[in-house]
Amino acid sequence: MSTTVVSRSERPPAPAGTGARRLTERVFRIRESGIIVVLVVFVAVTASIQPRFLNITNIQFILVNTTVFALLALGETMVVISRNYDLSVGSVLGLSAYLSASLFGPHHGIPIALVFLAGLGIGLACGVANGIMVAGGQVPSLVVTLATLYIFRGVDILIVGGKEVVANSLPSAFLNIPKATVFGIPILAIVIAVVIAIGAYYLRSFRSGRELYAIGSNPEAARLAGIHVGRRVFMAFAVSGAIAGVAGVLWAAQYGTVDSTAGTGYELQVISAVVVGGVAIFGGSGSAVGAALGALLLNTISSALYVLGISPFWDQAIWGFLLILAVALDHFITVRLTAALRLRGARHE
Amino acid sequence: MKLRQTAGLAVPLVIVSILLAACSSSGSSSTAATSSSPAASSSGSATPSAGAALKTGLKVFVIPKNLGNNYFTTADSAKTGGAIAALDTLGETGTETSGTAATPASQIPAIQAAVSKGANILLVSATDPTALCPTLNAAMKRGITVVTYDSDAPGCRDLFVNQASTAEIGTSEVDVLAKQLNDTGDIAIVSATASATNQNAWIGYMKQELTKYPKMKLVATVYGNDDPTTATQVTQGLLEQYPNLKGIISPTTVGIAAAAAVLDTSKYRGKIALTGLGTPDSLKKYVSDGTIKEFVLWKPNDLGYLAAYAAVNFASGKLDGSQGQTFTAGKLGSYTVGADKTILLGPPFTFNAGNINQFNF
Amino acid sequence: MSDLSDLGDRLRPALRWETGLALVVVIIGIVGASVSSEFFTGNNIFNLGLSNGEIAIMTLPMTLIIISGEIDLSVASILGMSSALLGFLWARHWPMLGIFVLVAVVGLAAGAVNGLLVTRLGLPSLAVTIGTLAVYRGIATILLGPNTVANFPTAYTNLGVNAVPFTGNDITYSTAIFVVLAVIFGIVLHATPFGRSVYAMGASTEAAQFAGIRVKRIKTVLFMTSGLVCALAGVLLTFRLNTAVQNNGLGLELDVVAIVLLGGVSIFGGKGTIVGVVLGVLAFAGIQNALFLTNFNQEAAGIVTGGLLLLSVFGRNAASFSSRLRAWLPAGRRGRGPESPAGGPPPAAVTPP
Repeated sequence: MSTTVVSRSERPPAPAGTGARRLTERVFRIRESGIIVVLVVFVAVTASIQPRFLNITNIQFILVNTTVFALLALGETMVVISRNYDLSVGSVLGLSAYLSASLFGPHHGIPIALVFLAGLGIGLACGVANGIMVAGGQVPSLVVTLATLYIFRGVDILIVGGKEVVANSLPSAFLNIPKATVFGIPILAIVIAVVIAIGAYYLRSFRSGRELYAIGSNPEAARLAGIHVGRRVFMAFAVSGAIAGVAGVLWAAQYGTVDSTAGTGYELQVISAVVVGGVAIFGGSGSAVGAALGALLLNTISSALYVLGISPFWDQAIWGFLLILAVALDHFITVRLTAALRLRGARHE
Repeated sequence: MKLRQTAGLAVPLVIVSILLAACSSSGSSSTAATSSSPAASSSGSATPSAGAALKTGLKVFVIPKNLGNNYFTTADSAKTGGAIAALDTLGETGTETSGTAATPASQIPAIQAAVSKGANILLVSATDPTALCPTLNAAMKRGITVVTYDSDAPGCRDLFVNQASTAEIGTSEVDVLAKQLNDTGDIAIVSATASATNQNAWIGYMKQELTKYPKMKLVATVYGNDDPTTATQVTQGLLEQYPNLKGIISPTTVGIAAAAAVLDTSKYRGKIALTGLGTPDSLKKYVSDGTIKEFVLWKPNDLGYLAAYAAVNFASGKLDGSQGQTFTAGKLGSYTVGADKTILLGPPFTFNAGNINQFNF
Repeated sequence: MSDLSDLGDRLRPALRWETGLALVVVIIGIVGASVSSEFFTGNNIFNLGLSNGEIAIMTLPMTLIIISGEIDLSVASILGMSSALLGFLWARHWPMLGIFVLVAVVGLAAGAVNGLLVTRLGLPSLAVTIGTLAVYRGIATILLGPNTVANFPTAYTNLGVNAVPFTGNDITYSTAIFVVLAVIFGIVLHATPFGRSVYAMGASTEAAQFAGIRVKRIKTVLFMTSGLVCALAGVLLTFRLNTAVQNNGLGLELDVVAIVLLGGVSIFGGKGTIVGVVLGVLAFAGIQNALFLTNFNQEAAGIVTGGLLLLSVFGRNAASFSSRLRAWLPAGRRGRGPESPAGGPPPAAVTPP
């Protein structure tokens, strides 16, 4: 009927688009709040069995222990969203931790900010190397970062040998960074939370951040739409490296003693945190906040096991199970969401 | 296309080969040694002949639990006066080698490679009491002298050089803590890996010694796996699980450093006593600010030095491990072989604020 | 015959990498022999077989899994779990034969769980197997706790350290098993319809399904085979070390994946050969050994492995690398047509569950 046709063409353009976006965002909010709900329920149950769990000291421990992983999770999120993986984060952390912390020894009085900058620089260099190979070489990041995991760790061990940085060579101000608190909350945790919020805001609201999502959802479409895929991916790796470098300096401040084994094995833990936090393993969705919450959840569980007196031997089995649960849940959500979006699109035709 | 791809392949190939060749030339200097007596002829079981001179030119491989561990670097290297310094004095060639994860799977290839390279003597700190035995026994069958130091593989070696009496290490830790706690309170142990021979042996003696202090109770033994992150978490877990905890013993250098970092706040300093086995350098800060009052160790470089001398004496036929035999270990003086083919370095050494600054390892 | 020409088409690009890799192995051999007269001795080959036997065995089912478009990161944990189970049951005086059966069943079950999660629930294998990596290692830890079981009878520990009788003194049992399995897997992959299906589903899951290939069933079989083989490797490792402890095999999964990738198998699936993987094993083991024998810092073994891994992806893309770089610089804005996706493995089949 002609009237129908006319009225159809007069409809505002693509209400399906806005509606779809709103639906998607609603789902992500739910997913993020889902982690918070799990966290709250978990803490509540543990605290009811063992009230000491909510001791201010214990909370401080958990928050401080999480900071390094939350930072690493932020960088990894950017990479994973674009459908890539950075397996080298542990090795970058270790390299940066030793090289930057060892600056204090021979250079007494070096400003702490400078040491952080050095760590950032080291991490950035590693991230740039990764980025050039992945973006420029168009080679799978899983393989590249697996290789750099080996290479960076090997370089670290060659440089460090049997030496170590000892607490005695580090200024007290540096070692106090993880210990300073305000109203009982570790200042470090607040700073990291702010950094993560900034990161999440960037990913959501800046064009270059949103383009990472597009690249992860469909690299071909992103390329055809004019997105500089190579440049964005390169940036994601560079930033991930830089963040890992800063995390390394924080690691040194937290533990005080640094040798060539720092950060070994962190990569799988970080990816787990990121996946538990709702970042899709094939990219295209997820948030930095979710990933940080994932890291917090995993750390909380570790701590809870000790406090509850459950043998810490159960720790691994539990986080593995959680990871599988999170992946299954996300898959379920994605399938339902895709179906709903398709249905919505069809309805608006 | 084909040519370019092959060329693209060739360049990295050339680089890898150059790398390998360069590595070999830089690393082989220590093995391009003077002519050494072939493994088969070094006497492993000859009767001791006090008059015979010590053999020279022997190929000795020092195989710690893992490389990249400051404690072992001190025990082994020439610079610190450790095993290789002794070997240099004696005119042997010493090389340190091992894997990087302190596990048998990581250490065994190093032992095998040493055997392949014609080792006459192996100095090994065992990652596991039994897993190395097949490999070590095979080495001894080939006439290679196998001496363990720091951590034993009982029954699979010619000699064991112990840093201090196992019993004394265990008991001294408990005694130090008891003194600080006035013999009263709950204590816990933060150990290394669950299967480490030495730590488990010491813990056994700690438990025995605790029976002398009925008002002290061991509430938990946790494992830090010689990894700072894990050691920190298990220490924090102890603090939360046992609010009445008064003392912690950590008989491992990584563990005590991690525990000290956790306790180094005004809340715990002085309220929870910490002691254990640690290297002076890594603990100087904590001793100076009072987190640790006293801790115990020995001198790892002397341990390595003594092990080297013992091994060379054995390989030269001057020792066969029987109880009561004596030998001279260079600047350390005279030593006697004890039971079970074990040689003791000496009593454990107690470090505290008064003496710690004299040491640099 | 279309089958043969298909085989040829599939093999041709791979053969270029295999020849390059063979060259690398030869170079390693030459360098190794020149720096140490021990390199080609029977004793050294024997030791090589000992240290790398279990990893080598695990690379074979991993090859098929990666070619089919999936990945299994839980291999080292299945090894650890079976080692812990072996120790656990032995300490409780089970008969060894019964233990072997149970360990095999548990290995199959672990693989089946992986397979079901990936095929029935449609979950991405990368994430799932990181999860099962933790779960299986956790089970190993729960079984043994801090304990070690080390009193296995010599009849069995000899399987771990002695040479196979009648072959001279140089072939370990694990080497012999590896050779036999390599031949079997090679035949299955390259000369049977099953193998062709594996390639097909790696190239395109949907096309394979439309062609009537039972993708889900085959993938589940692949995961179960991996579980069984890793359980076998766990038994061999336990006997070799005469020790069952919860951290046996910790971290080996990355080495296994690295070797398979080094052997020319594409992480995207659909490409690769068993020959390449065998060469990869030789290269990996050869490098580690050459470094040990030359006293070069063992840690550098990681650098060389990583370098070779990079070689394996760049060597094949060498020609396109420079044009990529040009395209990526600001001068080139638009894309140049269909290219491989920026990064990881392709998504799991988008078929509704």
